[in-house]
Amino acid sequence: MMLVRHIKNGTVVDHIKAGKGLGVMKLVKGDTEDPVVLAMNVSSTRHGKKDILKLENVYLDEDTLDLVSLLAPNATVNLIKEGEVEEKRKVKLPSEIKGVLKCFNPKCITNQEREPAEPEFKVLKNPVRLKCKYCGEVFAEKFFKNVQKP
Amino acid sequence: MFSGSLYELPSKRSDLMSWEGRNIISIDEFSKEDFYQVLENSEKMIDLLDKGTPLNVLQGKLMSSLFFEPSTRTRLSFHAAMKRLGGKIIGFSDPRTSSRKKGETTSDTIKMASAYSDVIVIRHPNPGAAKLAAESAEVPVINGGDGSNQHPTQTLLDLVTIQQERPPSSSDSNIDGCKVAFVGDLKYGRTVHSLCTALKNFDTSFKFIAPEELEMPKKYKEGTDYEETNELELSDADVVYVTRIQKERFPRPSEYERLKGTYVINENVMNELKDDAIVMHPLPRINEIKSTVDSDPRAVYFKQAFYGVPTRMALLAMVTGALEGGELI
Repeated sequence: MMLVRHIKNGTVVDHIKAGKGLGVMKLVKGDTEDPVVLAMNVSSTRHGKKDILKLENVYLDEDTLDLVSLLAPNATVNLIKEGEVEEKRKVKLPSEIKGVLKCFNPKCITNQEREPAEPEFKVLKNPVRLKCKYCGEVFAEKFFKNVQKP
Repeated sequence: MFSGSLYELPSKRSDLMSWEGRNIISIDEFSKEDFYQVLENSEKMIDLLDKGTPLNVLQGKLMSSLFFEPSTRTRLSFHAAMKRLGGKIIGFSDPRTSSRKKGETTSDTIKMASAYSDVIVIRHPNPGAAKLAAESAEVPVINGGDGSNQHPTQTLLDLVTIQQERPPSSSDSNIDGCKVAFVGDLKYGRTVHSLCTALKNFDTSFKFIAPEELEMPKKYKEGTDYEETNELELSDADVVYVTRIQKERFPRPSEYERLKGTYVINENVMNELKDDAIVMHPLPRINEIKSTVDSDPRAVYFKQAFYGVPTRMALLAMVTGALEGGELI
């Protein structure tokens, strides 16, 4: 057991599958200089073990939450304001992702210099994979587990 | 129902207007009805070519032929198709002779060609380029191959070949009821994946013959009636689709050397085939089909290359709306 203090303002991402927390942290923390706490392998009645991420003074936009859902489809996100949970929601796996991730295929037309093609993926489920709508390649988690939000 | 002749097939999509302006980017966008429509119109084009009947439905129309990488069969057959329909061609076969060399984007080249012509055919080394082209153009775009991604007109001409070269059937098409054996590199072969996807729209079964290292990916096998083996056993196949095994696919050269002679179609293999089976190959072949079997009537790979012309004639006429308000009779 350990004690991690409550945050006053910011975001708590809970119910991250154990082992996925580090990837989620890389994805969401951006360049914040405020405290970020990642607790790994915490006991959970629902999941056995889980990871929890606390971000002081950071609020996540919809695009970022979509990316979180790719790595942690069962995560819940708590928005904390003045020490109170203002909103609690489950992340939702989107059916498509547009404009936030680059295609992992270097030859894809979306990765060619100055071409006006916005990267766009169809999200496939069980397991979560991304299919590029341009080059048609399908990417498993090993490709997007270390992505950082641009 | 028709027996070998698509003329007897009741038109499954009598409204050809839905084809006008349509882009041909991916085989995944085709419905079963779409396939029948292409088979039907391709057969009519074959008849016109056989009879030498001029059909100038694209007279006064221009096709932009934008080949950002080299191609022989695809480019020549698109050009032949356009000219057979009375149309003319602008474009390039070597991007070094275009403003590409000055750094122009593919998108800008397409916008310019779109302003000059009535239809665009694009071949490009980067996957996804055809979709970008379709988004950039005001006229229909036909994908002549975009890198490792899609080459839909190859698949359509493969279907036309099976329809034309298999014996007349009492099923909906001559493709239905066929057992199709794919031989060679089934892991990386774009033509194989695409044809397998298209054939799922017909009543076909499959036999996948490949070395362990080059087996058919699971996603293409799913939902099909198939068997898998690494033995070149073809006595039960109606259609044999052969592809080349490429040296660069193997981490160790010794593996390639061990396997390169395993899947070669020679006279002995042909002797095992059914009398009405057909042997196809997207070409170019290297040594996976011996030239000594070329004269066997079941070896249809050069006819398959020929069918590229009527198939592309049909597509050009359909997407430009040239068949709108009438039908080929």
